[in-house]
Amino acid sequence: MEKPYAFRKTTSALMAALTVLSAGFSAGILLVLLVYILRQGVAALNWDFFTKNPVPVGEPGGGIANAIVGTFIVVGLAAVFALPIGVGSGVYLSEFGRNRFGDVVRFLADVLSGVPSIIMGIFAYVVVVMQQGHFSALSGGFALGVMMLPVVTRTTEEMLRMVPDSVREAGLALGLPRWRVLIHAVIPAASRGILTGIVLALARVAGETAPLLFTAFGNPYFSVDINQPIATLPYTLFTYAISPYDDWHLKAWGTALVLTALIFVASLLVRSLGEVHYEV
Amino acid sequence: MTGILQTLGLLGTTKKNRGDLIFEVFLLLMALTLVGLVVLLFVELVAGSFPALPTFGWRFFFSSKWDPVREEFGALPAIYGTIVSSLLALAIAGPIGLLSAIFLAEYAPRWLERPLSFLIELLASIPSVVYGLWGLFVLVPLLRPAELFLNRHLGSIPLFACMPWGIGMLAAVAILAIMILPYSTAVARDVIRAVPRAQREAMLALGATRWETIWYVVVPYARSGIIGGLMLALGRALGETMAVTMLIGNRPEISACLFDPAYTLASQIANEFTEATSALYLSALIELGLVLFAITFLMNIFARLLVMSMGPSGRR
Repeated sequence: MEKPYAFRKTTSALMAALTVLSAGFSAGILLVLLVYILRQGVAALNWDFFTKNPVPVGEPGGGIANAIVGTFIVVGLAAVFALPIGVGSGVYLSEFGRNRFGDVVRFLADVLSGVPSIIMGIFAYVVVVMQQGHFSALSGGFALGVMMLPVVTRTTEEMLRMVPDSVREAGLALGLPRWRVLIHAVIPAASRGILTGIVLALARVAGETAPLLFTAFGNPYFSVDINQPIATLPYTLFTYAISPYDDWHLKAWGTALVLTALIFVASLLVRSLGEVHYEV
Repeated sequence: MTGILQTLGLLGTTKKNRGDLIFEVFLLLMALTLVGLVVLLFVELVAGSFPALPTFGWRFFFSSKWDPVREEFGALPAIYGTIVSSLLALAIAGPIGLLSAIFLAEYAPRWLERPLSFLIELLASIPSVVYGLWGLFVLVPLLRPAELFLNRHLGSIPLFACMPWGIGMLAAVAILAIMILPYSTAVARDVIRAVPRAQREAMLALGATRWETIWYVVVPYARSGIIGGLMLALGRALGETMAVTMLIGNRPEISACLFDPAYTLASQIANEFTEATSALYLSALIELGLVLFAITFLMNIFARLLVMSMGPSGRR
């Protein structure tokens, strides 16, 4: 460090300014993004937007009631599918998984979490849609379920690991079998963290479009039949966005607002429950 | 048999309570289901790639002809588009993310750090299709004049030597860079924050400036975590589908020009899957999925090895 002190001082100050600029830029983009979604989206919102089904091009009015309901159904199916396997595997890993098989499960869960979402769509298409012979809400739920599975597994494991061993030892010292200790002491102690992880995983898959393109597909009508194609918010948003009609573009912004708000509200609510790590 | 059960942790040295055994078997079944699903995913991707896999062989990876009518399928443009768009996005988002992370972890006062971190992390939870919508109606109209300007004044460089339409490779790179920014920022911020204070104090005590401390001590100390975060971001970019599909222009051709429409593996699958009329066409698309799976898988393994070879940041 033979450079003069003034030069070093200036460099330091300049770089500090650069970090400020970078952080400002990152936050600025998000603000711009949010402002756009809010400003454009609000223009599309009215009572009908939430309570009516889509209407053909050119007809005024109409809404996305079917897609709102559809998103909850598909995400619900994903939860039904992913929660038993994910939480079960997580408990297994944390309590009985300190062996080679546990390492294999952990590794495969990591592999699964790195698999691009569009591939989940292909998987669900081959496994469910081809068997059923048509698109269905069920296949969409399956695709999203596989997607959230590794997140639920690893969160459950991590949260259970954080429960001190003294809790387990205290239960065992009372003469309780291990499964009772787990169900009545260990899992309840970690339940808030696990629940948070689950809601964040649900919120994330709720915004996914790619796995639904050729599974849940889409449906212009109101449907709650899990064996039929179903409308979802991300898919509706996508079809509206790439359409050539101004009215549909407006509805795309409205749908974007509803979807983003849904995800933010879910993440914020659950984060306010307690200090947890945010899954990125 | 006992050997297998012991490996699986089902048979200890002491006799087990029956409830325990049932509970463990249940949990084991769940874990086995997870393992089975991942295996099934891989098997189905390979099985679904027939008959395209034997029909085209290695040619699939080196041919840039994608002609559904003549049933000639080559993945090269999609592979090229995927890798180029992701690397360019990382080249933009990586430095900005690292600098933002340094600001958040080292400079920002607490009252500013929390809301800023929160904002940047919110970026990660916005759905991809919303980015696509925003890109289509806000970013592209902003990019187009810039592209026209570059084309007019620097048109002799091949990078800018084509007619800008707005949508194309550059638009996809821009939206990808914005989308992966939070990933590289969040991870880097966490590892930088975890660098022990003594490291900074020692460097400052030697007379180093604040930036010298950060650049020569803190960042090297945290490098394995920072690189891990960048790899995570790259993985996201490689598999990103919706926003890219909406912005890249969807044309299976390789062009040196940044404004030309291109294709990525994910967007080609997304775009053409429901249109695939023949078995060969569908299997070619599934094989694209297999290629994408292989790329992201190898990337993850590579990232792990890299982080492992640098050792955990805590020990050095």
